[in-house]
Amino acid sequence: MSVNRAQRVDLEVVAGLIPAHSRVLDVGSGDGLLLELLQEAKQVDGRGLELSQRGVNECVARGLSVVQGDADKDLEFYPDKGFDFVVLSQTLQATRNPKLVLDELLRIGNRAIVSFPNFGHWRVRFSLLIKGRMPVTKDLPYSWYDTPNIHFCTIRDFVNLCEELGATVEKATALDANGQKIGLSMPWWFWNFFGQQAVFLLKR
Amino acid sequence: MAAQRAARTNNEADRPSSPVLQFGPDKPLRLDAGTVLSPFQVAYQTYGTLNDARSNAILVCHALTGDQHVANANPVTGKPGWWEVLIGPGKIIDTSRFFVICANVIGGCLGSTGPASTNPATGRPYGLDLPIITIRDMVRAQLMLVDHFGIEKLFCVLGGSMGGMQVLEWAASHSERVFSVLPIATGARHSSQNIAFHEVGRQAVMADPDWHGGKYLDFGRRPEKGLAVARMAAHITYLSEAALHRKFGRNLQDREALTFGFDADFQIESYLRHQGMTFVDRFDANSYLYLTRAMDYFDLAADHGGRLADAFAGTKTRFCLVSFTSDWLFPTEESRSIVHALNAAGASVSFVEIETDRGHDAFLLDEPELFAAINGFIASAARARGLSL
Repeated sequence: MSVNRAQRVDLEVVAGLIPAHSRVLDVGSGDGLLLELLQEAKQVDGRGLELSQRGVNECVARGLSVVQGDADKDLEFYPDKGFDFVVLSQTLQATRNPKLVLDELLRIGNRAIVSFPNFGHWRVRFSLLIKGRMPVTKDLPYSWYDTPNIHFCTIRDFVNLCEELGATVEKATALDANGQKIGLSMPWWFWNFFGQQAVFLLKR
Repeated sequence: MAAQRAARTNNEADRPSSPVLQFGPDKPLRLDAGTVLSPFQVAYQTYGTLNDARSNAILVCHALTGDQHVANANPVTGKPGWWEVLIGPGKIIDTSRFFVICANVIGGCLGSTGPASTNPATGRPYGLDLPIITIRDMVRAQLMLVDHFGIEKLFCVLGGSMGGMQVLEWAASHSERVFSVLPIATGARHSSQNIAFHEVGRQAVMADPDWHGGKYLDFGRRPEKGLAVARMAAHITYLSEAALHRKFGRNLQDREALTFGFDADFQIESYLRHQGMTFVDRFDANSYLYLTRAMDYFDLAADHGGRLADAFAGTKTRFCLVSFTSDWLFPTEESRSIVHALNAAGASVSFVEIETDRGHDAFLLDEPELFAAINGFIASAARARGLSL
């Protein structure tokens, strides 16, 4: 939604977490990149929910099962544990009520996979600390006044929210600026400093 | 000319140009009204060839004033089929790949049993002696036709407006018989406003002295004025304010100035009068009463204990819903509530809203985004069905 296609290395990580033939709901499915990847590589039964009508129409024209809808409003209509996986990739920061959305993901899916840009990344900190400006980077290309990303968080913040919602982190991956996975042995503070994006596998 | 065409409509009711399937006393049509229709007949058109596995059949459901002539010249008007932009050899719904069936609905006037058909008990047209027909009754008759072709599972059922209601009814009551469905510009129930417009139309027909309490055919008359007014009012609801303004504005019809009278000064008046007049040549007034009533009675949630999601519980059918931004007869919210119910039922569903100012009738027109959506949905459903075409 807010990050362009070439930088979506997180999608590969997300796909790696999903076994073949799973039932998957992709919330904020955008142009359908992840759904297509999952259908081709994993033969999943995939569905999408996407806010932008243009994105939806393109997905349907390409044969994907996508409906137009709003993650903040429309998740309540999905039944409990209706999917093996519910994916929210690079969308959490654009929702009005991230806590509620995450709660819904954990209700609808046996597992939830969430990827988001880490606002604790050193470049972001640097921009605020030294320049005193809201960061505009390759990954987060918007100015503060026109960004759809209204609820940024850091990896630490997110881990706290998961605890609050009673979700277990089954797996977490941080990607650095080059899209490389940061070593598992590294402590949280290191991830929070050098991770540009994070991908979490959650269960409740 | 018009009289000839009107006579042809009447002939089409009993002896249509289409193939007809007759159901004798051994195969009555059970009606929601609590009675049966027997004997009865279904007039239909088919296009393309049914494959050996009988897995490539697509059923098209027509709208209120549509008919079975979806992709061939209409025998009454001589005009092209009403969905020829979509259906035919090499078209989006390619009749060289699919076997397409379209049947006139029960209650219609082009060959399936309806109020203009001869009542075998009296030898006279049914008129109002025909029991009230519902959307579910229409679909039951279609099912009997599909059985006749030996088709276990239709590949797809699609249609717009009243056709879309039939599509939803297929999905709700016979989901094991349909692999995929495409309800377009429709709703799971008729809204109060829609019932209101239909009531205006029916009152216009019944207020015409030539209606004769529904027995006009016995008198050799037809309530043409009433039916024309009904059509004029309805036609407005099929368009949008923006489209009307773009097309007609306040333009005058063949004159330089207002006439200070009640002639059709404005182009829009002339256009509506033309719509009304041509409609009565091809449509039976009592059919109009029956079919509008069928739409009014449609309420899929009510048929399933008040919860729409229960209508689709456990469905394996693939859904694709389409709405249009300027459709105020079946606004997007109607489709969205169906989508929510389908999500709750865990169904496979796609939903596109198409931006256009052409109103409800957009589904009948050349709308590239509509075609792209239908094409994508049909192609992926065909892959899933194993139709290597």
